[in-house]
Amino acid sequence: MSIKETIDFRKQVIEDVLEVYPEKAKKNRRQHLAVKDSECSSCAVKSNAKTVPGIMTARGCAYAGAKGVVWGPVKDVVHISHGPVGCGYYSWGNRRNLADGEIGVDNFVPFLFTSDFQESDIIYGGDKKLEKIISEVVGLFPNAKGVSVLSECPVGLIGDDIESVARRTSLEHGLPVIPVRCEGFRGISQSLGHHIANDAIRDHLLGKGPAREVGKYDIGIIGDYNIGGDAWASKKILEEMGLKVVNIWTGDSTMEMLQNGHLVKLNLIHCFRSMNYIAKHMEDTYGTPWMEFNFFGPTKIKESILKIAAQFDESILEKALAVIAKYEPLMQKMIDTYRPRLDGKSVMLYVGGLRPRHIVGAYEDLGMEVIGTGYEFAHKEDYEKTLPALKEGTLIYDDVTALELEEFVMKLKPDLVGSGIKEKYVFEKMGLPFRQMHSWDYSGPYHGYEGFPIFARDMDMAINSPTWKSIKAPWTK
Amino acid sequence: METKTKATTAWLNTVEYREKNFAREKLVINPAKACQPLGALLCALGVEGCLPFTHGSQGCTAYFRSTLSRHYREPIAAVSDSMTEDSAVFGGQSNLIEGLKNAYAVYNPKVIAIFTSCMAEVIGDDINAYLGNAREQEAIPQDFPVAQANTPSFKGSHITGYDTMLKGLIDCLATPRQEDKINDRLYVVPGFDTYPANLREYKRLLKMMDAPYTLLPDYSDVVDAPNLGTFELYQKATSISEMNDALNAASYLLCQTYSTPTTSKYLASKAVPFETLSMPIGVAGTDKFIESVAKFTEKDVPEEITMERGRAIDAMTDSHQYIHGKKFALFGDPDVLIGLVSFLLEMGGEPVHIVCTNSTPLFKKAMESLLASSPYGQGATLYAGKDLWHLRSLLVTEPVDMLIGDSHGKWAARDANIPLVRVGFPITDRVNLHRYPIIGYSGVINLITMIVNTFLEDVDRNSPEAYFEMMR
Repeated sequence: MSIKETIDFRKQVIEDVLEVYPEKAKKNRRQHLAVKDSECSSCAVKSNAKTVPGIMTARGCAYAGAKGVVWGPVKDVVHISHGPVGCGYYSWGNRRNLADGEIGVDNFVPFLFTSDFQESDIIYGGDKKLEKIISEVVGLFPNAKGVSVLSECPVGLIGDDIESVARRTSLEHGLPVIPVRCEGFRGISQSLGHHIANDAIRDHLLGKGPAREVGKYDIGIIGDYNIGGDAWASKKILEEMGLKVVNIWTGDSTMEMLQNGHLVKLNLIHCFRSMNYIAKHMEDTYGTPWMEFNFFGPTKIKESILKIAAQFDESILEKALAVIAKYEPLMQKMIDTYRPRLDGKSVMLYVGGLRPRHIVGAYEDLGMEVIGTGYEFAHKEDYEKTLPALKEGTLIYDDVTALELEEFVMKLKPDLVGSGIKEKYVFEKMGLPFRQMHSWDYSGPYHGYEGFPIFARDMDMAINSPTWKSIKAPWTK
Repeated sequence: METKTKATTAWLNTVEYREKNFAREKLVINPAKACQPLGALLCALGVEGCLPFTHGSQGCTAYFRSTLSRHYREPIAAVSDSMTEDSAVFGGQSNLIEGLKNAYAVYNPKVIAIFTSCMAEVIGDDINAYLGNAREQEAIPQDFPVAQANTPSFKGSHITGYDTMLKGLIDCLATPRQEDKINDRLYVVPGFDTYPANLREYKRLLKMMDAPYTLLPDYSDVVDAPNLGTFELYQKATSISEMNDALNAASYLLCQTYSTPTTSKYLASKAVPFETLSMPIGVAGTDKFIESVAKFTEKDVPEEITMERGRAIDAMTDSHQYIHGKKFALFGDPDVLIGLVSFLLEMGGEPVHIVCTNSTPLFKKAMESLLASSPYGQGATLYAGKDLWHLRSLLVTEPVDMLIGDSHGKWAARDANIPLVRVGFPITDRVNLHRYPIIGYSGVINLITMIVNTFLEDVDRNSPEAYFEMMR
């Protein structure tokens, strides 16, 4: 097919899939689907809008964005899931944000702390209970550097005043208690939860840490949650470049890192969607500059290393070039190994904050092509950042419904689908190779020079697994 | 303000810390329970063509689906009506109606099972009234079945939600009981059972015993679907016609006690005969199940079952020495715990710590009397309503040889340096365990295999060379 034919075909695929919806839903969903074409007028998909009720969405809620994504990985803070037991239970130990520390002493990441609301708490309010809970936390975990209170739906609905409980208990116990108003009904996806979590850091922690001299090479990583050790892989490159990573937000992070996030020469932002708010705030308030970077795949890593080095002096550039020279042969070896097995294979992605665009380059390093991509909870500027990374004819889908994604995949026939746990087994049942691209499918890291060989191996394993060949029984027609 | 003790791992392992930990009144740390709608969703998957539908925030549904998918490694279909802030002000009616309209049109279900999450419960939405309006506005046809369950997360746990949804499904789909239309079938309710292999085991045993039966709900094919190269939104499950006839059942056999009280009360109110059993884990539990079915069929127990039982007993005697006198800690749902503890007592194993976060007074009584009935149960304590951080304190101050429970127990087991044998829900870090039954006589063999081989694996890995032997 020519590019024009491809574009027309894929536009028709969109029209076909919409047929199933009732009128109102159809009208809504049409605005979220597009094909990148030369004019690109049609590829401005609508985003950050309410999900159509009754249709299978992959989206979560504000609590998921605030607790699951932003706060959960901060290791020396006790995070209380405030409300009934479920939200905390379902977000317990399954985001893979690794943290280094003594569990129960200065690392609380693998825990679920909940106020386990009962009916009486709904009727009489949960403030007193919360106050008691915070004092119990302090008694049982005296090394905790702070307590965050992450509200679940009922808390906001019954009119509890967690802010005043936080103020009181903070004074009483002499440690920060941070109220986070991330009830799941707020906003339309995880996205508002990210914003609320950022605002809570801004209002309660940032700028309140112990004074520290800012070294000339001190930098911070913002929006890397250390999934499968990603942040550690990024840190390794940056430190080999001669920079000093003093803060990571929030993978393997500490409260002091949150307090002193502005005390760096430069903030590198990985997941723009979930943490751009605080990066912009640090620039506006403290003059701390920030820039985006991408450590997926050797091409993007090299580009990013050079871009980062350009912010510093010659000595850093020198080391940066040495880092590139050191690792590129290893990366080339990986490409030589895997490219012949993956060249020309196509991928469709549907993920969260940044991966639908950031990871495109890593696939291209392996000779693979991304033919469809989309975000669960992106905003307009995310799609604007995405389009330049995509080829003409790429299908773009926002808050794609399960049914749309299934139809798109059946029509476009990619060799690999990369999305989440809720999607994984649908496609594997279709006989399609799949990788979870939120959790790295229990593998990783995928960032940096350490991550690319693992990424390449995993994609090869998925696509070339002999298991797919056994699906058809010899006696079936 | 009390003086802070500097925390260290060593301090966490002290009796002093255990006392402090058990003095906790309000804070819950690592509870072994989820919330009601998760159980409701699982239950709804067990009816043919049924689409689970959460009335509440969409994040809840995302969580239920992810949690179930991680355990089963299967797709889990469910929708929500995505209530947001404006629903908090105006109520969730417009979301419910629009959601029903879309779900009905897009997914072509035979029945929709609505259950609520917190938001709808706190604002007091009246689903029944909304549903009437949905029909009036032609969002769904007048006669399209929609089952309902109020499943607030601030009451009970996942097993409560399962129970309420089951009652809702029967109430929605079954025609009223008519004494002249009683069918010949035994309706078997597994209870909140996360093992598709258990469900299949029930069916196998019922078939062997030539009992006309309906398993209700039966999601075994939904949560363990074959890979045939195509994705099917709906799999085979309890058929609508069997649901329609559910109140005309000859009798019900409820195979769990604590996940079925609402359903049994409902059956009683409809004059449907039923019997409630303990989950048939272990020999005695399975014997009771077999006897109940035989009583129903009024036939002798077939010889194959006696042979099968004999093979399980053979496995027990063959390997009793590896379990006898060993000390165990367990945590999980009430029904599973009763079953596992009675199995261990049959083997001469000694339960020591039993933690049940979603305990009830009735369960406590039953467990205590079970423990009192055996010399091997004398050293055991049930910790009702406690959590896995309590359990950790117990394990490090009063050591045992093995922990049995779901994957969430792995940290406590690691801290206590003992193996964790994974039984229950969720199991997210091992493969295929849900494909092996833990009920029935074959369940006895599987439990022995898991427990004994785990011990023996440990012996081999840790034995000094001089003691490294061919036979164990």
